[in-house]
Amino acid sequence: MKLTKLMSISTMALMAAGAVQAKTLVFCSEGSPEGFDPAPYTAGTTFDASSKAIYNRLVEFAPGTTNVQPALAESWDVSADGMEVTFKLRQGVKFHTTDFFTPTRDFNADDVIFSFTRQGDAANPWNQYIAGITYEYYSGMEMATVIKEIVKVDDYTVKFVLSRPEAPFLANMAMDFASILSKEYADSLEAAGTKENLNSAPIGTGPFQFVAYEKDAVIRYKANADYFGGKPAIDDLVFAITLDPAVRMQKLQAGECHVAPYPAPADLAVLKADPNLTVMEQAGLNVAYLAYNTSVAPFDNPDVRKALNMAIDKDAILDAVYQGTGQKAKNPIPPTMWSYNDAVVDDAYDPEAAKAALEAAGVKDLSMKVWAMPVQRPYMPNAQRAAELIQADFAKVGVAVEIVTYEWGEYLKKSSEKARDGAVILGWTGDNGDPDNFMGVLLGCAAATDGGSNRAQWCDADFDALIQKAKVTADQAERAKLYEEAQVIFKAKAPWATLGHSTVFMPMSTKVSGYVMDPLGSHSFAGVDIAE
Amino acid sequence: MIRFILGKLAYVIPTFFGITLVAFGFVRVLPGDPVLLLAGERGLTAERYAMLLHQLGFDRPLWQQYLDYLWKLAHGDLGISLVTKKPVLTEFFALFPATVELGLCAIILATAIGIPLGVMAALKRGTMFDQITMGAALIGYSMPIFWWGLLLIIFFSGILGWTPVSGRISLMFYFDRVTGFMTIDALLSGQKGAFASALQHLILPSIVLATILMAVIARQSRSAMLEVLGEDYVRTARAKGMRPFRVVAVHALRNAMIPVITTIGLQVGTLMAGAILTETIFSWPGIGKAMVDSIGRRDYPAVQGGLLLIAGIVMVVNLAVDLLYGLINPRIRHGGGQ
Repeated sequence: MKLTKLMSISTMALMAAGAVQAKTLVFCSEGSPEGFDPAPYTAGTTFDASSKAIYNRLVEFAPGTTNVQPALAESWDVSADGMEVTFKLRQGVKFHTTDFFTPTRDFNADDVIFSFTRQGDAANPWNQYIAGITYEYYSGMEMATVIKEIVKVDDYTVKFVLSRPEAPFLANMAMDFASILSKEYADSLEAAGTKENLNSAPIGTGPFQFVAYEKDAVIRYKANADYFGGKPAIDDLVFAITLDPAVRMQKLQAGECHVAPYPAPADLAVLKADPNLTVMEQAGLNVAYLAYNTSVAPFDNPDVRKALNMAIDKDAILDAVYQGTGQKAKNPIPPTMWSYNDAVVDDAYDPEAAKAALEAAGVKDLSMKVWAMPVQRPYMPNAQRAAELIQADFAKVGVAVEIVTYEWGEYLKKSSEKARDGAVILGWTGDNGDPDNFMGVLLGCAAATDGGSNRAQWCDADFDALIQKAKVTADQAERAKLYEEAQVIFKAKAPWATLGHSTVFMPMSTKVSGYVMDPLGSHSFAGVDIAE
Repeated sequence: MIRFILGKLAYVIPTFFGITLVAFGFVRVLPGDPVLLLAGERGLTAERYAMLLHQLGFDRPLWQQYLDYLWKLAHGDLGISLVTKKPVLTEFFALFPATVELGLCAIILATAIGIPLGVMAALKRGTMFDQITMGAALIGYSMPIFWWGLLLIIFFSGILGWTPVSGRISLMFYFDRVTGFMTIDALLSGQKGAFASALQHLILPSIVLATILMAVIARQSRSAMLEVLGEDYVRTARAKGMRPFRVVAVHALRNAMIPVITTIGLQVGTLMAGAILTETIFSWPGIGKAMVDSIGRRDYPAVQGGLLLIAGIVMVVNLAVDLLYGLINPRIRHGGGQ
């Protein structure tokens, strides 16, 4: 695709002598997008560049929260039995007009049906529009089993018939994989024999429209003047891809970009002291944990697990590992999530009591493995260091620890094997703000399988009954009660040692206004303005 | 000469096959696989894992995958990247000019500074100048590229504000990519200031990438020069009363340059390795940076395709150097100097 053809009007205006300067916001993004179709991917970096800027979903998370609000759907209605969800679509929404596509019609039900069936129906001609493509989120959120049928009631009404009541369904519909693509554009690509362009030359309804992507270097967007949420205040949005955190911060300080995510903890003091910068911060929607293998003795005994939890000095981990950028975790969900049970009392750090409890449980001369991840993750800055601290703590109560690690892919696989030897450090970042996305995915019986995401291999009938009930209950207050109760059981049975929740920092130029941090960790610039 | 060329080519073909095997084997020897990384913390059930492996064709016996890979290769198909879903060849050549541009600048810089320094050090052997130059070369050679790059950014871009921090050109400039070489495209665009901006962006990464090469060239030039200066013909030239400059520039330098040129050619491989780190620090969208990404994501087709192309290019350069060497030094092409 010729870049010149794509040159945005506003950029040309910038070049023209004497023209009014376009407002350009530069975001020093942390990596390259894998593609511009959000459905086949799972990385936040890809979503920032695709779904957040270019697309909309039927419902979306209200900025700064995990509450679902109307977007391409003006309203929705859930049937009494929870088996049908009907969306009333917004009328008059335009898809982007670019040099490579001019829409002839507004957004309608056909686009919704296209966007979902291509992911869920293997026989759909768009399912494999690129050979080997997979839809991990669609599969991971169990949409394939939850959605029985999608019915076009009329051009602006779509009904999702479900196979079971599913309370998190609406939150799932606000996730990136549920972005709405233009069927008309897909048809035109199919006719032209260039289906793969769906992933490289995107057309959406979102606040910004795609202009050009220079691989691994720059992504350019311009504001969508027809955006149904109102034209963004900035004219051009530029992602300058900058991998190294130290270089990102140098660029920010040098004024080469206005917003730069993921600063290294060591740089925070300097950034905060810079008068030209502000550093926003927010508790991350995540948790780091140490999961015992509860299917293997002596870790099948809750008393042993509880005793070990009492031996861990979390304050030391917070100081040495999170370096002041986190908080202690006592529940499996972060404090910012609804249904967080603050009444739960954490196991106090008490090596003597831990030692006594281990003796009482008949455990002597225990030696075990602790798995430390080889990579830094948003919820855990340094698993190796955390493992060393745990090793020292356990030594104090007479438990010998051998620290083991594997390459990341291997780690993920081996840690989910049912017969795994040892307790594993891992964590989770929320996908959709629903408690089920933590408690169901990480601690439910269905996930306690070989290869499943329940790394503790913990299946507690009482706990599972509560979260299963919560999953099919529509009323949020009622659901919250069930999850609060589940957290009490979780603490009593101690399948994990809950370690910490990290804080996310977002440094930006003081010229930037209107930026709202997303608890789910994405970066969106629809409501952002920049001072000249 | 033709026999000499054919002889060299005879080595190239088995080497190339060797490389395909190494490139194919290398990514598969690495622990972890692309499917596992795709799922992340969520994990995959054994069934879905098997299904995805099957879909990607990675469940077939290795020899079958390798033959399939060779077959496609013979048809000029390097496969589709698992991540970007685009042809590996297209992606490679979109990024390659950036690496070549940076590499060429680094070679020019390293040669322009390395050779004179080495020659001067040889001429002033044992003096303070010699010691300082060779000491600096040793430091340059041992410099961790990542650290050195960051240091330069912090000092020149951060503190002094002389150079841009990273990237290939100011984001203000936006024009059609004709050649992929930013400096040339900037000139072609006719936009005022674009060329200067592209040059400014080249300065720090070129220095960083050139550092090791410069050190190698300086040391090689010095020792080659010392050797040549001790030769009979140099002594004869001096005895004839030839001006010292002419002795060095015409008689000594020309002969001393033969091993230096070989060294530069052989360093192309090292330069590629250096480019990986340099590109990562300076957000330089070249193949080095892309390879790091692809290895991290276990993007098998992208890694094996990239390795093959890089190795192929290094091989071609080495072959060219060999041939050039044969041209400069007839003793080589006639089978040694006996």
